Amino acid sequence: MGGYAPWNADVAQQLVARLSGLEGAMLPVLHALQEEFGYIDSAAVPLIADALNVSRAEVHGAITFYDDFREGPPPARIIKLCRAEACQALGCESLVAELARSRGIVVDQHGAADLVVETVYCLGNCALGPAALVGDQLIGRLDAPRLMALCDGAAPARVQELPPGAAGRAAP
Amino acid sequence: MSAATTRVFVPVDAAALSVGAEAVACAIAAEAAARGLCVDIVRTGSRGMLWLEPLVEVEVAGRRIAYGPVAAGDVAALFDGDFLAGGAHPLHLGPTDALAWMPRQERFTFARVGVTDPLSLADYRAQGGLAGLTRALAMAPAEIVEAVRASGLRGRGGAGFPTGIKWKTVLAAEAERKYIVCNADEGDSGTFADRMLMEGDPFVLIEGMAIAAVAVGATQGYIYVRSEYPHAARTLRRAIVAAERGGVLGASVLGSPHAFRLEVRVGAGAYICGEETSLLESLEGKRAIVRAKPPLPALAGLFGQPTVVNNVLSLASVPWILAHGAEAYAGVGMGRSRGTMPVQLAGNVRRGGLIELAFGVSLRTLVEGFGGGTLTGRPVRAVQVGGPLGAYLPEHLLDTPLDYEALAAVGGMLGHGGIVVFDDRVDMAHQARFAFAFCAKESCGKCTPCRIGAVRGAETMDRIIAGEDRPANIDVLRDLSHLMTDASLCAMGGLTPMPVMSALTHFPEDFDPPALSAAAE
Repeated sequence: MGGYAPWNADVAQQLVARLSGLEGAMLPVLHALQEEFGYIDSAAVPLIADALNVSRAEVHGAITFYDDFREGPPPARIIKLCRAEACQALGCESLVAELARSRGIVVDQHGAADLVVETVYCLGNCALGPAALVGDQLIGRLDAPRLMALCDGAAPARVQELPPGAAGRAAP
Repeated sequence: MSAATTRVFVPVDAAALSVGAEAVACAIAAEAAARGLCVDIVRTGSRGMLWLEPLVEVEVAGRRIAYGPVAAGDVAALFDGDFLAGGAHPLHLGPTDALAWMPRQERFTFARVGVTDPLSLADYRAQGGLAGLTRALAMAPAEIVEAVRASGLRGRGGAGFPTGIKWKTVLAAEAERKYIVCNADEGDSGTFADRMLMEGDPFVLIEGMAIAAVAVGATQGYIYVRSEYPHAARTLRRAIVAAERGGVLGASVLGSPHAFRLEVRVGAGAYICGEETSLLESLEGKRAIVRAKPPLPALAGLFGQPTVVNNVLSLASVPWILAHGAEAYAGVGMGRSRGTMPVQLAGNVRRGGLIELAFGVSLRTLVEGFGGGTLTGRPVRAVQVGGPLGAYLPEHLLDTPLDYEALAAVGGMLGHGGIVVFDDRVDMAHQARFAFAFCAKESCGKCTPCRIGAVRGAETMDRIIAGEDRPANIDVLRDLSHLMTDASLCAMGGLTPMPVMSALTHFPEDFDPPALSAAAE
């Protein structure tokens, strides 16, 4: 995460132009902009509208409909914590409570903090929950100590280095 | 480098990675290098025995020997125990195909998952891949459609609509351009079969889509994958490139006059996109607002053109059906549920994972037999079958067979085949409240029963949980549920009452304030 380029209208224009020939180009364009800049700058809206021959309202509508798209720069670190039923069955809500209790972190609260823990509904790791996603790295059998380590900035892969034989066996 | 090269298999499936498979693969490579041993580490999908992940397999005399769950820290000891020759070690499990879960399964769709390198087209062919497409290319379109109809295959996404009928409608539609759309927006909690298949054997999905394209005369396909599945999207993209290079996709499908191009599109965090018309809106680049039906997507789907929209598992079942014959597929199952279902065991379960079996097996066999009960060791209190819109079933209904009609008869649904297990600490009133809250969060907002009903439902559950005028509020709950079921535009609002009403029916004590206040003490 992090390492995004600062907003640049020329780069954005090129990205939009490269993808605008696709059928139904809106989502690919929005994803490409967000991958480049970390969010979709409001200045991108007229560029997209022009290139795709739609109204600015339609672009704004798409950006705001989908949870993934951000309208401002992202925090340095995002932990997506699954709170759907299969992870509920393994106590993900106690992790939410623990975040609040020991770190004062309120899930889904976006402020000035470098770290945001976001709710996600299902990461497809339902047999090895509770699950979280950090960047592109999926984490299974999450428990409070490992979640706190992630909050402290531990690399997900390092968090996965468990004592011998412990992987996949940890009980909640 | 004198010793022969030993093949070692380490999954690259996201679930296996989530518990450290990458570190294990690295440790094996490093340890082998340090000891001067030759190993060929093959990255595969997962066998589906997820509680054993990372599951490492070693090929010894043509047979695979399993070790698991392996942590990176175990690797040196595995080498000490000569695991490359199948040697003894506390993590030694024996031949993979003889492990308790494996011989009892009927792996049609998942035959290669966990076995082959997901990105090797040569591996795919060697294991029987492309036989179905090759056969289809020698058949008339109507014959392909008839084979799919005769197999009894029904939509595995949840609705259970006969796949062959859908294809027949698209075949009969006249249009310049037709589409094959794969619904890979697997948003239901407790389900991961699509993900495992896309990561473990993407070519079988590509082959299934190519067969669909040849059958109905489509030239363009899209796989709409949810953004929560970055590994699956990456694997699919690489597999599509390999399939293009191998002549499976492109201007000529396997040398035939049929052109078929395929593209991956990634969603953006909207559960509603699992609903087919909202998925089409999203593919068109719009807000994913559900469409009214008719017109059916088969007649006016993507960009208004005739479109096959099928779930990953439906499409991935087709190559087997074409290769082995519709009768062979229809020959297993029960009642009107023919063939096999990849079941996903999830939540609080000791042995979770994916099991592909003919329809008809009981929930009890799955949860207690395969699953071994709860992970916490406490009694099973409820299982939710079919995702967030599926029913919560109590222990005494576990003898219900896995079958579309049998589950409907007990007020539930099969959905996408996910089973989430809860132990006796679950509070069913809170689960009912969550069902409404989830619907409120994920509703597209087009129809009033869903948009407003979900919010009112959560508020009503809050009152019931707080013990406010319970009988009157339960009446409101029932009335609201009837209304949402009858008047919602799609399954999101229409099925949200299913988990709610099943919780109320089977666990009324949790909706009773005295019981709640007693539990809180």
